[in-house]
Amino acid sequence: MSRTLRQLGLIFRRDCALLLGGARGRGGATLPLLFFLSVAMLYPFAVGPDVRLLARTGAGVIWVAALLAAILPLDRLVEPDVETGFFDQWALRGLSEEAVMLVRIVAHWLCFGVPLMLATPIAAGLLSLDGGQLVRLELGLLAGTPGLAAIGVTIAALTAGLRAGAALGGLLLIPLAVPLLIFGAGSLQQGGENGLVLLAAASLVSVAIAPFAAGAAIRAARE
Amino acid sequence: MQPCRLVADELACRRGDRLLLRGVGFSLRAGDALHLAGPNGIGKSSLLRILAGLMRPYAGQVEATGAIALSDERLPLDAHRPLGAALGFWRRLDGAGVHQADFGLEDLYDVPVRYLSTGQRKRAALACLAASGAGIWLLDEPLNGLDAHWSIVAQAAIEAHRAGGGIAVIASHQVLDLAGLMVLPLLDHLP
Repeated sequence: MSRTLRQLGLIFRRDCALLLGGARGRGGATLPLLFFLSVAMLYPFAVGPDVRLLARTGAGVIWVAALLAAILPLDRLVEPDVETGFFDQWALRGLSEEAVMLVRIVAHWLCFGVPLMLATPIAAGLLSLDGGQLVRLELGLLAGTPGLAAIGVTIAALTAGLRAGAALGGLLLIPLAVPLLIFGAGSLQQGGENGLVLLAAASLVSVAIAPFAAGAAIRAARE
Repeated sequence: MQPCRLVADELACRRGDRLLLRGVGFSLRAGDALHLAGPNGIGKSSLLRILAGLMRPYAGQVEATGAIALSDERLPLDAHRPLGAALGFWRRLDGAGVHQADFGLEDLYDVPVRYLSTGQRKRAALACLAASGAGIWLLDEPLNGLDAHWSIVAQAAIEAHRAGGGIAVIASHQVLDLAGLMVLPLLDHLP
């Protein structure tokens, strides 16, 4: 048991290094972050500098930007390790695909969700959101980004090895992430605390299902 | 190392809707080595993956006692990292000791894995295999790309592994110079 935990710890460290550093020419954690901030920066240019309009719609735009930014890292979440046989080697050592996938979801959340939350105050400033909105937005992202990370890893596992995997992954993520978007944006309304609860519930369901779905996808791809 | 055993019973192997092999059976005990011989595409690699438990056999069963390590055409090392760090990941994961056969790789520890030549990659793969500490070695073309010197070293490593109570199953179309090597001609097992 302790041996397994130690091995999963090593895998976690490697996952974080790969996902943060952007190895193998596939871009690191900065790319989704820059994309996220670019959307927040471009939006006022597109709709004009009306502070009231920006404050009313800005938080929703941040949610859309977070969802779209989740598409960017999909092609490097699982595919490279399938290609080089890492998953087979872990399986031979008796590590279950589910455990490895859970580790990867946590690592992906740390390298994607947390930077996004750290960048949100900047985005909120660009969209002239007030303090209360920012707090609700951050709470929503805290509840929602684990779900986004879980869905992302599942889709990456499902599309690993397909030739058009990256493009297909983006298309698959959008419908699966819509509940998170609806509840996330809903929690921003006045009296939208229930939205936050539903968001956390939807996110939790994704996180609970994802390791099993992604592990099954890895096993199915071996046949 | 626990005493290892590898028994295959009436294995059949299917890829897509094509039956590749059937009726493959053998029984290996500690110290045995088996050469899976046959032309390209006959199903050697698929058979190794079935023995490793990564693929389900179409029929028959595999019984393995002891840990299994597989070295196939893919090198499970991060291409951008220096060889020493990339190998270190597996050595730490497997809790391997300091004294590892490293196949003359020590001078290359600073070189990123993607700059290694074919032969050097093969040696790195063998080093991963040796570090795994597993009793049952499944090797897919272990001598491909190795020059005369290193293919002798590689075969010596396999012999040392057998002497230590290990099992080696080698899929290869090359001539292997191993003592008491059993040969399984897969051409006899075409459907």
